[in-house]
Order: sequence, then structure tokens, then C-alpha cells
Amino acid sequence: MGSNMAEAHPVGFQWVMEAKARGARVIHIDPRFTRTSALADQHVTLRAGTDIAFLGGVINHILSNDLHFEEYVQAYTNAPFLLSERYQDTEDLDGLFSGYDPHTASYDSSSWTYEGVEAEERPGRRHKEQAAPDQHGSGGPVIGGAVGDIAADPTLQHPRCVFQVLKRHFARYTPEMVERICGVPRDRFLDVCRAWTENSGRERTAALVYSVGWTQHSVGAQYIRTASIIQLLLGNIGRPGGGIYALRGHASIQGSTDIPTLFNLLPGYLPMPDITQENLADYLDGVRRPDQKGFWGNADAYMISLLKEYWGEAATADNDYCFDYLPRINGDHGTYRTAMDMVDGKIFGYFLLGQNPAVGSAHGRLQRLGMANLDWLVVRDLTMIESATFWKDAPEVETGEIVTERCRTEVFFFPAASHVEKAGTFTQTQRMLQWRDKAVEPSGDQRSELWFFHHLGRRVKDRLAGSTDDRDRPVLDLAWDYRTEGDEPSAADVLRHINGIDLRTGRTVGGYPDLRADGSTACGCWIYSGVYADETNQSRRRKSRFEQGPYDAEWGWTWPLNRRVLYNRASADPQGRPWSERKALVWWDEDRGEWTGHDTPDFEKDKPPHYRPPEGASGPQALSGEDAFIMMSDGKAWLFAPTGLADGPLPTHYEPHESPVRNLLYGQQANPTRKVYGRRDNPSNPAPPEAHGEVFPFVFTASRLTEHHTAGGMSRQLPYLSELQPELVVEVSPELAAERGLRHLDWAHVITSRTAVEARVFVTDRMAPLRVEDRTVHQIWMPYHWGSVGLTTGDVVNDLIGVVAEPNVLIQESKVLTCDIRPGRRPRGPALLEYVQDYRRRAGITPQTGTRIATTGDDHRPTHTEPHRGEDSP
Amino acid sequence: MGLERWIGRWPVYRQLTGPDRLGRGKAAESPRSAALGPRTDRADRVADSVCPYCAVGCAQRVYVKDDRVIQIEGNPDSPISRGRLCPKGSASKQLVTGPQREQKVRYRAPYATEWQDLDLETAMEMVVDRVLDARRKGWQDSDADGRKLRRTMGFAGLGGATLDNEENYLIKKLFTALGALQIENQARI
Repeated sequence: MGSNMAEAHPVGFQWVMEAKARGARVIHIDPRFTRTSALADQHVTLRAGTDIAFLGGVINHILSNDLHFEEYVQAYTNAPFLLSERYQDTEDLDGLFSGYDPHTASYDSSSWTYEGVEAEERPGRRHKEQAAPDQHGSGGPVIGGAVGDIAADPTLQHPRCVFQVLKRHFARYTPEMVERICGVPRDRFLDVCRAWTENSGRERTAALVYSVGWTQHSVGAQYIRTASIIQLLLGNIGRPGGGIYALRGHASIQGSTDIPTLFNLLPGYLPMPDITQENLADYLDGVRRPDQKGFWGNADAYMISLLKEYWGEAATADNDYCFDYLPRINGDHGTYRTAMDMVDGKIFGYFLLGQNPAVGSAHGRLQRLGMANLDWLVVRDLTMIESATFWKDAPEVETGEIVTERCRTEVFFFPAASHVEKAGTFTQTQRMLQWRDKAVEPSGDQRSELWFFHHLGRRVKDRLAGSTDDRDRPVLDLAWDYRTEGDEPSAADVLRHINGIDLRTGRTVGGYPDLRADGSTACGCWIYSGVYADETNQSRRRKSRFEQGPYDAEWGWTWPLNRRVLYNRASADPQGRPWSERKALVWWDEDRGEWTGHDTPDFEKDKPPHYRPPEGASGPQALSGEDAFIMMSDGKAWLFAPTGLADGPLPTHYEPHESPVRNLLYGQQANPTRKVYGRRDNPSNPAPPEAHGEVFPFVFTASRLTEHHTAGGMSRQLPYLSELQPELVVEVSPELAAERGLRHLDWAHVITSRTAVEARVFVTDRMAPLRVEDRTVHQIWMPYHWGSVGLTTGDVVNDLIGVVAEPNVLIQESKVLTCDIRPGRRPRGPALLEYVQDYRRRAGITPQTGTRIATTGDDHRPTHTEPHRGEDSP
Repeated sequence: MGLERWIGRWPVYRQLTGPDRLGRGKAAESPRSAALGPRTDRADRVADSVCPYCAVGCAQRVYVKDDRVIQIEGNPDSPISRGRLCPKGSASKQLVTGPQREQKVRYRAPYATEWQDLDLETAMEMVVDRVLDARRKGWQDSDADGRKLRRTMGFAGLGGATLDNEENYLIKKLFTALGALQIENQARI
């Protein structure tokens, strides 16, 4: 679901085809019939943005028919735990959970906790602004109390136990409701339910794949949560052939999350400190409780080792290991906020490092107008991209909004070294690091980012040498003495420091269990610890698949500690025996007194299944032999999230920010905590209960093609790829084509309140109209790879999309919006602005449109707009 | 040249008398095509690499001759890709050797209508100047309530999803030491 794997990850898709050849049933659930659908056993069309309604229906089907894997659910999930009496569900509050504040559009989540667990008030606004839930990428959120303290009902019958709360929450997600919301006929829906449940259990497992078709929604994190609940109820997590696969879209996007170039994270999902944390002790208490169980309980060792890697000998116990040197966050500093701050003149300089926001980010207009209002811009890329040339060829030059001679931005373009001209690691989508050797030297001024940032840092340090200004200490004390080969820093030496070094011996540590909180180890990213164990670059291993077993442990290196299947302790029953011989992965070997199996056990190797922690234990010691989910603070997988999420402890169907229909389940229309930026330059199309939605009557979605890559900088310049996919198209159904007078291969243009873009019409029955409630809903699809530079050019599809963000991670909703479509080319020049303005006028759009977030109860709910600053366009 | 050898050069004769009766293999060869070999055979060396496009992580072999990339192929040893590459991965030799690759630093002065050249050393020094200037202009010691911020909001960055882990590590480390927070990448998009 939410993935066109055959198109976007074609070589990975060979394994789906392999499974199919061996008898697996492949189901593709997606708004469009795609290359993936063509190869699946079954394709189910659903309305874009309704996946939680569909999956919630599956949960209801499982629970109503007792189809869950009872022993697995009892042992490894939080199903038996009782919730606080203060908790109120969306069933009680018309689509809201307890603790909602309409003025901040956020939750105080303190009532979502377990019974008997101390709950302090948790104002949600700060967490939402800082995308704090994003920081639980590895360790689970903090809860008070060890597992023994949590009241539980092992029979799963208590009305306040998680299992019963789940049942009640999803009771209204019936097959009839799925049909009315998603447009999926009930027999087809029930067919999927049967296939999923019949292929799960002791003897069988089912896997689920998603991609950005799930993440780019105002409820994206909850899409994945819904899938997790199903996979846990059916016992499909931690087991061979099970799991949830996030197919990521860039060579090292997993790596750039693990070792983040993100505002709210430090390496290894340690949060960036915020203003409430005055010192290291405050910070660590916010990350984990000292008495917390599980491996996240050792977060102090991970953090102090990072500070030692950053500031070397300057970092000592006496000075809090230079914790004070870290800048503090206090709100949303995400990429879209930054683009708006550029428009508002608050940002002076910008580095673009292999990224092309003029084409690749939502609301390309906003991105370009922001870049046109900088002092300076540094672009580092392989080729000239639209983000480097916007001052002379942006669409806004044609409309007169950017005038080259009056555009003040100073632009530096640095040519980059390619993947074969530098050594280093990519982390692929299954957490595997693979080293690349350098094949050739780059030519001319081409350099790696490693070179650029190493020398930038060196020069900045030289420039600030002798400074007595306190703010320069973090730069002057920075450990920046990586080995160099010529003037190129050694990537292997950087990786070695990322792995971690025992400062007493000077040798690399073997893994994160070796890290210490006493300053005796330095480690750049604790989850990558082990990649350079034994002073050997483990990511460089290339033992052929012909020479090793199915888990291929000696090809590359997978975090954590070369474990291929996360939480694989759950592949065995509580006693440590495989659930079935057919599905054996790791198991307890009583004779040898250790966990063994086909994969590296994701568990302490010598901890027996019958182990029970002593009184007062904390950290890993407090995990019992049955606590398979070793990073969670209660050792269990969370069907219900008692803390950590901004938008609710359970997934709930909300309509997209821009939707043609009213939410049929609740008075609350859309995600009540979504982040809106009510600004004149970021208008929304109206959605119910607002009026005039009929001006933008169609559902729009966008995605990629095999032959192009994201914003096109690595594909539109290549002759082979440009010939294979030479032109931007807009795909519509024959019914919509007839309704709007669109002809195959003629021009048409798509309009939203942001702009209009044109493309060739592609009429196919792959875009089937859907029957939703009492009406027909048409969906429109476009690929988004085009821009003004390259061998094939076209309008920027991302210009159609406004910025509305999911509250847990601040990712924009770009997979579903509303639009209109008309035959012919769009107006050119200033006439385009007038044309779009006319649409906004007809739809009654103001900066308030779409910002009245709470839609339950009375009509006097607040709007969430930004103060108007000057004459920002449009 | 003997008669038999002379006739033997005639493809129809080889097709009629040899094992290749359909004339789709040996029988159809000319001296030129018979002598052809894959250019990968002529490589001086082969580097182990990984495809730079999506996140599947297909293994590549990069064939190098005279310090130039002459071919990029899938690596059959890989348990991930088993030697396969998609159209993008297969086109990656064009990505790294094509004429679209920029070789020189380019500079666009404020209000200018064209690019101009700039040498790398000068450009690096100019960037240092600008980073320190923007850092100073956007510096914030504390918020309105006196709580420590110790940061600059003067400059920002975007990128990382196509870069190496080691590169991202240095970027985040340097930004953090400078007090710069607003570093983001495709993972937020």
C-alpha cells in the first residue's frame, strides 16, 4: 500500500516476484492501477487519503472474528495493560482524544497513560512544533514505572485493557463504512481481510510494503501505526517473511536519518536539546529515565560518547562533556518553516547539498521566492539544477515576480564528485551500510561533500583562532583531526569515529554495549557502533551470495549489530522455541545456554527465556526473557501508544486537509493536530465543512517513474532516460476526460489555489472513478520529475501543492489534495497569476481557509494563521 | 588463401555446413565481430560500488581504464540485487561521465544576469566570510525568558539523502559547532 514498488524500486521488486513464483499471494492496494498492480494477483483501488479507514476495517475484522494470534499478542504486545480512567477515546469525543486544546491544536497526552503510571502534564504544543515524536526512531518514548508495576489483565477482558480499548475504537470501521469512505466494494475488502489473516499465524507470515505514498500525508505516521497494529495482532513482526518494509527513495536517505541532517535530531535518534534542558542531567532525564528498562536506558552512554567524539579532550565530566556547546531548539525549524522564513527575510544564507527544492519540494513557488530573497546561496551538485538558476529561468521570471536585475541573491555553484569519485557508505532501505570504493578521481573543481565540509570547517577554525568570544569555543574545541589522504579527508577514518573508539586503548569498540557514560569512549553514532569492529571496515564486506546462507551476514553491515530482522526474539515463543519449524529464525539453545539461529539474535545472547529481573533492576538488566521489544521502555510492542505521539494514541481516520468529502466517521474532519501555515503565500483549497469545495472537485496525487529520479537532476540530463520518458503527462480516466473535454495526447492544465501546470493528457482506465458515499470521485495523477533544465523539460508539478504538515514528523501532505483540470495550455506570464487569482476568488479563499482545524462542537473554534507580513505574494 | 578457407568466410556456407543452422550465431560472424569482446575485459581495474539512485542499494561494478570509467554493471554477487540494475542504474555511466557534469565553480553576483568563473580557493574563502557573517547576524544567545539558545538562525542547509554517511556526519557536526540548527534533508520531504 502507498507504494508502486515495481516502478520506484524495481530491482527490489524481484523478491516480490520470487515470492509470488513460490506461491505467495501479492495484493496491491493503491489509488492507481500501476506497474505493480499489473504484476500482482489482485489490485484494489481506493480513494487517496483513506488508508486508515481501510486498515482500521481490517483491524475490526480481525478483532470481531477473533483472528488475532493470541499467544503472540499476550506475550509481546501491550494488549493486556490497563489504561488510566482518565482516558477518553474518539468514540467518546466525536473524533478527538482526551486532552485536546483547540487553541494550540495539540494534545496534553497525560490521560493516555497506563493505570498506575505517574503522569505529569505534557503540553503538546512544544512537542508538535519540534516534531518530537520523530526522535523515537530507535528508542521508545519514556514511560514511568517498570513492566511489573503496570496493571494488566492477561485474559484481555478488562474493559480498560488495551485490547478492549482497541476493539471499541475500531468497532465502527465496518466493511460498509470502508465501502462508503474508500470506495472499495465490501466483497473486495473482505477478500483482502481473508487473504491477510489466512496467511498469518504460527505457520505463515505476511509482509507489508509502503513508501512515501504513506508518509506524505497529514496523518502519515498513523498510517504506519495502523499497519503495525495489524501486523502485531497477526504476529507478523520479528518473524521471517513478516514485517513492515519502508521503501525509501534515495541511496542514503536512511543514513541521513540515522546520521541526521535534520534540525531536531543528533546521530542515532538522540534528540537535539531544547530550551527546557539547562544541563546534561536535564537532557538525559528527558531522553530516558534512570530507572528505565531496555537498551534505551543506556542513552547516557550514547550521548556522552557522542559529545566526546564532537569535542574530544575538551569534553570532560567537570564541564558536562561540553553539553553546553550544543545549540537549543525551541520550535519548528523544519525545511518548510525555513523556506517561509526566507520569504520573510529572516535567513541570510542557504546550502543546497545534492538537493533541488525548486522542483523537488512541495510548493516550488515558495521555495524559489524564498531563495530569491537570500544574501547568498551555495549549490553543490553534479549538474546545473533549477535551484541554482532560478534567478534567470524560474517560472516567476515569466510572471514578473522575480526580475533578474533586481534579484539580490549571490549564488555559488560548486561541482560535486559523483558516487564513483569518492569512497564512503550509503545506508540502504533495510538499514544496511555498503561501502563504495573510489573508482576514479573527480576532475576540475569537482569535490566530495567530505572535502568541502572538512575544509570549510578547517578554514572557519583558522579564521576564528585566538577568538575570546564564548560563542566560538564550540568551533575552536571541535575535534576535526580526521586522517587525510592528500587533501581529501579519509572517509574510512570518519566511519571509524562513527563506530566509536575506546579512548583507553585507542582501538575501535565492538558495538554499542561497549559504550560508557564515564567519558572513556567516543562514538559518533551509537546505532552504527560495530561497523568498524576489530578495526575492520565491516561495511566493505562483499562475500558472494553464492558462498553464504539466506541472511547473508557477511555482505555489508546492518545496524544494529548486523541484525537483519529487528526484534527477532519474537520469532520464538515465550519459552524460546520457534513458533513453527517452518518459520524458525532465532531460538534459545538450552544446552549451549544462548540464543542462536539464522540471523544475529536481537536480544542479549545469554539471557534465557525464563529470566526475570531482580527487584530494582534498570536498563537491559530489567528486560525479562520474554521482553522481545528491547528498545521499548516496557519491553512490549505498542498497539496503543501511551505516550510519544502528537496526534493520538490510536490511529483514526481523518480526511486529508484538502478533501472533496466530509468525514463520515466523526465530526472532526481532518487531523486535529496537523500543522497549518495560514499565510497568503500558502493558500489552501477549501474542504468541508468549508464552502466552495466544488471549485476544486477532483482528487490529485503524484508520484515517480522508473526512468526518472525525484527532482530530475540525476535523470533529465541523461539521454537514455530522457528518451525513455520524454514528457510530463497528466493521467485521467475516460470518464473524466469526457466530463472535462480532455483528449488523449492533447494539452490540459491542472489548477489548485497555488498555481496551474500544464501537461499532455494521458487517458487510461488505470484511473478508475470511485463511488464514494453518494457521488463519483475522480482522481488525477501526475509524475513530478520535471523542471526547466535538462534534455526533457516541463512544468513543476510540486508547484501545485501547498504546505500542510503532519504533526509528528513535519512531513508535508503531498500525496493527496484537490484540484481542477481544464483542456488546453495554461495562461502564460502575468495572465497565469490572474487566472489562479480568479479561482481563489471563486472559492472564497483567504489565509484563514483550511486553518479552522477543530471541526467538532461549536462553530467558534479558533483559526491558526500567521501574522501577515507586508506584501507577500500572491 | 585456400579455396576452403575462402568459401568458409561465406556465412551461408557456414550456416549450411556448420552447427549454426539458423545463422544467428557463429555462422553470421565476420572477422570483425568474431574479434569483438566486452569492453569490461579491457578494464585496468574494477571498483566495488553501489547505485546512487533509490534506496534498494544495488551493487555496482565500476570498470576503469586509463583512469576513466568505461562501464558500470550490476554485481551478481550481491544478495540484494543479484546483478540486476534498473534503467536508472543502467544509465549511471552517463550520470558520471556525461557532458552535463559541471567541472568548474560558477558564480552569480547579486543582480547579475550571467554566471562568471571563480577559482575554487577564492570561492571557499568567500563562503567562509559569508558563513561567519550570516552566523553573526542571526545569532541568538537566549530567548525572551532568558533561556539559553546559543545558536544562529542566519543560515540553513538542505540535503543529505544522496550523500554518504561520513559526509552527513561532518555536515551535522560542523553546523552544530557553529550553532546552526536549520539543517534538513529529503527525509523530511
